[in-house]
Amino acid sequence: MKELKKIRIGAGAGFSGDRLEPAEILARKGAINYLVLECLAERTIALAQKRKLADPSKGYDPLLERRMEILLPVIKEKGIRLITNMGAANAIAASQKIIDIAVRNNIRVKVAAVTGDDVLSRITGNETTLESGKPLSSFGKIISANAYLGADSILPALEAGADVVITGRVADPSLVVAPLMHEFGWTYEDTELIGKATVTGHLMECAGQVTGGYFADGVKKVVPGLEILGHPFADVYEDGTSVIGKVEGTGGLISLATVKEQLLYEVLNPHAYLTPDVSADFTSVSLNQISEDRVKVSGGGGSSKPDQLKVSVGYHAGFMGEGEILYAGTFAMERAEMAAGIISLRLKGAFPDNLRIDYIGRHSGHPGISQDHPASYEVRLRISGMADSADIAALIGEETEALYTNGPSGGGGVRKSVNEIIGVQSILMDRKSIHPSFSVFES
Amino acid sequence: MKTKLYNIAHSRAGDKGNTLMLSLIPFEESDYPALIEKVTAEKVKEHLKSIVKGKVIRYEMPNISSLLFVCEEALSGGVTTSLAIDPHGKTLNYALLEMEVEW
Repeated sequence: MKELKKIRIGAGAGFSGDRLEPAEILARKGAINYLVLECLAERTIALAQKRKLADPSKGYDPLLERRMEILLPVIKEKGIRLITNMGAANAIAASQKIIDIAVRNNIRVKVAAVTGDDVLSRITGNETTLESGKPLSSFGKIISANAYLGADSILPALEAGADVVITGRVADPSLVVAPLMHEFGWTYEDTELIGKATVTGHLMECAGQVTGGYFADGVKKVVPGLEILGHPFADVYEDGTSVIGKVEGTGGLISLATVKEQLLYEVLNPHAYLTPDVSADFTSVSLNQISEDRVKVSGGGGSSKPDQLKVSVGYHAGFMGEGEILYAGTFAMERAEMAAGIISLRLKGAFPDNLRIDYIGRHSGHPGISQDHPASYEVRLRISGMADSADIAALIGEETEALYTNGPSGGGGVRKSVNEIIGVQSILMDRKSIHPSFSVFES
Repeated sequence: MKTKLYNIAHSRAGDKGNTLMLSLIPFEESDYPALIEKVTAEKVKEHLKSIVKGKVIRYEMPNISSLLFVCEEALSGGVTTSLAIDPHGKTLNYALLEMEVEW
């Protein structure tokens, strides 16, 4: 029987701040053909857009330089192609930065910047948001609007022979679907295969979350070597089946349990997992443990890609002020409650009805769940609130700090902060009106 | 005998906007039919009522012997503007696993 063609794709990062080392290990020792780095969360791009406004040469992922210094020499030596959304709000500037690094290290590299996701100039404010049913204009000042592009935005860059493809907003699984379409010659007509590829992409997009990260509990779910957690690779065959694995000698675990948890992660509807590429069906996926740290993924499928693309819109949502203080020992909770009452009264003018009080250590994250858990010896009071200005938001931390000498006995360890908050709302846009393109840069 | 779900199953929390997703995956696949019977969407809504303000939809996944609960209006408006300590609700898998069932 003819052996099926196989492509090995490594997932070296699952979010912007992910660890640097696992991607390098995948590239050096993983025998991978492609390395994918997924680094954009919901509002990352709005934050990046703000950095770009402040400095037009910025607006890409803050870890881009560090990751590329490590990875460029390795991927060049091994012939690995890199696909990443680290372009964030400025894929062009990111490409130029990568070229700078390549020149400095005497590496010849072809970088393609995928653009077309930025649709800010076309937002009118009349669009109704999916989350609220209200028009965008009813939210704060709009900072960014980026459409989720699909694998079709990456394909031309791969066909042009780019060693590195750097994008802005692209749906996470599409970073994996694109090289498979490219290598196997699949098109959007092959909905079943694109659905299967999307299942694999979804399993890979959070990197260490399928190899035992965000999984271990140390008691019933024991994962060895989390401190050297390896990130996954997928061996994908031309019939769409795949095997999830990791590099020998790395920590972590790939089991039915870890893969099941990741398959269902952030899924709104397992019958129709919507991406720009396909409506994927997760209810026909089957999983088999074929050897230690190897799980075979088969089944799965899909139906036609959506006619509309989701657009994430970032807007100014104000400033969040926070203050925390610790009480311990006898009457800790009584003193924390007293402090909360004092602050609520002192801030009644600035925050008439929108202060949030948390008693950390007393079910603050899970109100109403399991009051039968024993009370802790200490409690950390946290006060937070949203304000229109940074000065008003700062009052929360100031009043929390003032509890040292103007509040209950034995309050310590105050921390305070003010953060500008960017909210995100989503709208839909006709995909025919969105035109991805790419630019090539060479060192 | 009453037991808590963490003795029978594991779970992972995910978020999209103001919606929380909680998987429920039995350690033993043979326990899946009993979970279907005992962990209904109504019971999960009742258990999480102080957290989940909207409806709870349950998806059955016999292909992987797992359940998925999609919980609406569960994240104080959503991760980007929430004041909560854990705005993503990443810890809420353990809130589900605190649920007691007759086993």
